[in-house]
Amino acid sequence: MSQPGTPGAPAGLQAHNGAASASGAPYSNGPVPSAMMSSHIAVNQGYNSQLPGSYPHLLPAKTLNPASGQSSYHASQGSGQAFHRPPVASHPVGPSLHSGPVPQMLPPASQSPAAGPRLPGGFPPGSSPLPPVNWQHSPPSLAPQASHCPPAPSQPTVLGNTHLSAHHQYVPSGDPSLQNSCATSGSALPLRNPPLPTTFQPGAPPGPPPAGGPPLVRALAPQKASLRAAPQPSFNAAVNQEGITSNTNNGSMMVHSSYDAIEGGGFLATPQLATKNPQMSQGVGYAYPSLPPGYQNTTPPSSATGMPSSSLNYPSGPQAFPQTSLGANHLTASMSGLSLHPEGLRVVNLLQERKILPATPLQPPAPNLHEDIQKLNCNPELFRCTLTSIPQTQALLNKAKLPLGLLLHPFKDLVQLPVVTSSTIVRCRSCRTYINPFVSFLDQRRWKCNLCYRVNDVPEEFMYNPLTRVYGEPHRRPEVQNATIEFMAPSEYMLRPPQPPVYLFVFDVSHNAVETGYLNSVCQSLLDNLDLLPGNTRTKIGFITFDSTIHFYSLQEGLSQPQMLIISDIDDIFIPMPENLLVNLNESKELVQSLLKTLPQMFTKSLETQSALGPALQAAFKLMSPTGGRMSVFQTQLPTLGVGALKPREEPNQRTSAKEIHLTPSTDFYKKLALDCSGQQVAVDLFLLSGQYSDLASLGCISRYSAGSVYYYPSYHHQHNPVQVQKLQKELQRYLTRKIGFEAVMRIRCTKGLSIHTFHGNFFVRSTDLLSLPNVNPDAGYAVQMSVGESLTDTQLVSFQSALLYTSSKGERRIRVHTLCLPVVSTLNEVFLGADVQAISGLLANMAVDRSITASLSDARDALVNAVIDSLSAYRSSVLSNQQPGLMVPFSLRLFPLFVLALLKQKSFQTGTNARLDERIFAMCQVKNQPLVYLMLTTHPSLYRVDNLSDEGALNINDRTIPQPPVLQLSVENLSRDGAFLMDAGSVLMLWIGKNCAQNFLTQVLGVQNYASIPQTMTELPDLDTPESARTIAFISWLREQRPFFPILYIIRDESPMKANFLQNMVEDRTESALSYYEFLLHIQQQVNK
Amino acid sequence: MAFTFAAFCYMLALVLCAALIFFAIWHIIAFDELRTDFKNPIDQCNPVHALVLPEYSIHSLFCVMFLCAQEWLTLGLNVPLLFYHFWRYFHCPADGPELAYDPLVVMNADTLSYCQKEAWCKLAFYLLSFFYYLYCMISALVSS
Repeated sequence: MSQPGTPGAPAGLQAHNGAASASGAPYSNGPVPSAMMSSHIAVNQGYNSQLPGSYPHLLPAKTLNPASGQSSYHASQGSGQAFHRPPVASHPVGPSLHSGPVPQMLPPASQSPAAGPRLPGGFPPGSSPLPPVNWQHSPPSLAPQASHCPPAPSQPTVLGNTHLSAHHQYVPSGDPSLQNSCATSGSALPLRNPPLPTTFQPGAPPGPPPAGGPPLVRALAPQKASLRAAPQPSFNAAVNQEGITSNTNNGSMMVHSSYDAIEGGGFLATPQLATKNPQMSQGVGYAYPSLPPGYQNTTPPSSATGMPSSSLNYPSGPQAFPQTSLGANHLTASMSGLSLHPEGLRVVNLLQERKILPATPLQPPAPNLHEDIQKLNCNPELFRCTLTSIPQTQALLNKAKLPLGLLLHPFKDLVQLPVVTSSTIVRCRSCRTYINPFVSFLDQRRWKCNLCYRVNDVPEEFMYNPLTRVYGEPHRRPEVQNATIEFMAPSEYMLRPPQPPVYLFVFDVSHNAVETGYLNSVCQSLLDNLDLLPGNTRTKIGFITFDSTIHFYSLQEGLSQPQMLIISDIDDIFIPMPENLLVNLNESKELVQSLLKTLPQMFTKSLETQSALGPALQAAFKLMSPTGGRMSVFQTQLPTLGVGALKPREEPNQRTSAKEIHLTPSTDFYKKLALDCSGQQVAVDLFLLSGQYSDLASLGCISRYSAGSVYYYPSYHHQHNPVQVQKLQKELQRYLTRKIGFEAVMRIRCTKGLSIHTFHGNFFVRSTDLLSLPNVNPDAGYAVQMSVGESLTDTQLVSFQSALLYTSSKGERRIRVHTLCLPVVSTLNEVFLGADVQAISGLLANMAVDRSITASLSDARDALVNAVIDSLSAYRSSVLSNQQPGLMVPFSLRLFPLFVLALLKQKSFQTGTNARLDERIFAMCQVKNQPLVYLMLTTHPSLYRVDNLSDEGALNINDRTIPQPPVLQLSVENLSRDGAFLMDAGSVLMLWIGKNCAQNFLTQVLGVQNYASIPQTMTELPDLDTPESARTIAFISWLREQRPFFPILYIIRDESPMKANFLQNMVEDRTESALSYYEFLLHIQQQVNK
Repeated sequence: MAFTFAAFCYMLALVLCAALIFFAIWHIIAFDELRTDFKNPIDQCNPVHALVLPEYSIHSLFCVMFLCAQEWLTLGLNVPLLFYHFWRYFHCPADGPELAYDPLVVMNADTLSYCQKEAWCKLAFYLLSFFYYLYCMISALVSS
């Protein structure tokens, strides 16, 4: 619960603490209630008491502004701290573009009454409202109050038990907190005494300063009214909490706060910002072609009656956000948001419209919110919901047959991220929500939580806005102006001193591994990037190699060369020496370097073919468990010795039958070890470089439940497969240098009434809404299925908040908070209009992976198809008034069948002989672990014609001209032999050269004389001094810049082995085992019209 | 009035049934604690696992006893649960019953509510059978 200073926690809580601490010490990262916290802090007095001293640079601030709560403000000299959200920025510009689902546009008078009675009729008892394979989770009998407002120990951001015993080991390396403070002040020093702060948020609506009186007064009255209208029980509940949570936030008068608008530390962040905006504005240009007038016949009546209903629908929308500066034009602004969106409202007949893919990359739909709110909303790349209009009840959600869920990319590298350093982090007292842009200020001193509706006090410190240096503007604070923000966590958020960055590398050195020659590349990459490993002076590194025995390397300072220690007793693993196996990187850098140089040669004569991966993992776990950190395991074959030994299960002849494949792990060893790792904050990343079957289904568990990631390089060989070598190098480069967060937890909160159903991704679920992430990396995505517990009838807006608490590689404890706000709707049509087809496909893919593991692959495939059929027939029977022939879909879902078909043809779910089991499982791991953007690119790649690039419509970024060829549909009919086509599949780029490709392109871009002289494996374009070459290279590098990793470019000619991969991605075409897009549509139509 | 083997079986079953009721209540509390966020699933599932095997074996013991005592009706009432236990035991994740309640998936809303329902149903069953055994014991003692 809350602040650690809480002296008196209820006895019940303390009893719990006792229970928690008494049970299982190794899994100690349970939610630890406050009493425990306070006791811990009492014990660690020294640690705690250093806090004031640790921010010495803040002291001058006292004199700066004595009247204002002793705060100082550090502004970066960068381009303003505003967290830039390109998509948001584009919405006000083109309101008609994204067809923000406009519920008000419905013909409310005519259709709603008509639709009401018809809805039950749409699902006659015979038509199986619960189809055999049903995605709509049945309304669970969740006790909502239990999952939502956990009464007592909702200390979400605290991890780890009080490892008092662990404390001592930090002592040798210097007092951690002291070091941290040095690091902090060091980074902040250049920013001290900045010029007078500029306007904090360029995007902030211009309005009278709220201190000016009238707007606040205006805001106040409606708020009070809405407070009265709030459901009585919830209010009571909130009051009940107070007894527990009182005594928090004491001493806020004496705190210093400083705002460092520094970058989040992602030195690898790509300049996406610069590139996104023009792209967006280009989307305005020709995202959607002019529509045939025939499709508008359903909309005009709605436009006639839409306006009145709109004002009824959102009576308190504007008032709920007084802090967004209510101007006199507020009402008119909200009305203008309701202008007609014919594109979004039209109904598409998929059988008639061939070209449904927009020529520019698909943009996420904008929620139908007031633009002031939308402007503050979270970037959809970070936080996205499958339905941008949340259905009011579970019944409505079930009727729509669409999955409700969130897709998150919480730790994405951001170019600009506001970072707040403050000793009190303002949070709701009952549900512990962080203050966010969507809370409402009742008056200057009180704010109402937008998740549990509790009214909280504004702490004194929060009244002063250090950006404007004005007192009494809590709603102007960066916390209330940014949906994505990072807090520097004070010591209450630590249960042990922040851990040092620890990296342990575990190499397979059996004969098979030496044969592949991977050690050379990996050691070389490590040598090159040793200085770039994220970390500080405390960074630790260690190495273990194994074949049938396990080898440790002592890297003690003073040794002339690393000392190898061999443990041959793999049944009872022990660590041969307590120290010097994990060493400080800075102190032992020479030894580490010499080890990395000699390691590839040490085992060249090895004839040992066995692999004792299990014992090696146990040893590595033992080595790391005192600190936690990252373990990178390189494995090249099936483990055959000791615990965790596996047997080959794949039978090549049975690949065709979808039933007989082994997707479930064959042993629980890796699962259990992963749990142990998770408890000790160790994450395991698995690099599998294997030619034969290695049972990734079992091995992958070690990464999956310890929040690691899996990399797979089938048939890796240093000579025979240079493409994989290059891929490994590039991915290692990214892997080693990317940002990393240690000992992290992520909690997802949502407005009362919604509840979390299932999580997808790599983590361990520790509680109904808490994920334990020993490591968090910027390339990991997560998905969450939600359900509507209570009815949301008395609220217009719901919010979701994800809070990620982690230790940065610099040893700082940080909290990254994202908040998303969405409207609630009451009719089925509005739910459909607000559907986000990419997010839905992404969530369905995640659910299908689960389904194929728990049931079977064919079940999962059926479920995917049924998801389309069910939702479209729900639309047809419940929303469409006149039953036209054809396959009618709402505009928002026009790509739904296409994406699902693409999923069916994706490696995870495809049938046919060409998918090896490990590759399939790797694809499934990727589905679970990738952020949505890349998942969609791997599922449905973008195809461009690149042999005739022109500067027409090109982007211009930093004096570079980047051509923008239109996206083509993935069908061979769009290919031609006299062209060259680039396919962007996320992690790979494929450039297919037609046989009769123009000579000009061959010579000017590829730098070859004729088609025949294109080399068999070519992965780079020569840098030629021709305009064509410049354009192509500019386009490709622009595509690469948009993602943090480095996609390899394959140049494919007719005989290339990669050609099959290229053609496989042509999802609209028929293959031997899968339907073409048109056939698929016909199949769906048949089922829908049944 | 005689002390038959059947009467002995019912007396023993009565005592053990009380233990089973206790186990079921313990399960209910455990899952409720998980739901309300009091406990870490790993902490919670380990003791739950410890109870799984005793519960299954006690219940199997009943069935064997009633089979020996030729109490066919009682046996018939218990057989469905016996089969359910067998099914549950052999459908556990790979390495046997240790992960009958897998901490990795138990937090899934569906799994958690399934486990809770299972525990409630078992509690009801054991309670009813407790009184049934009591009745049978008395009638066995009285009738013979």
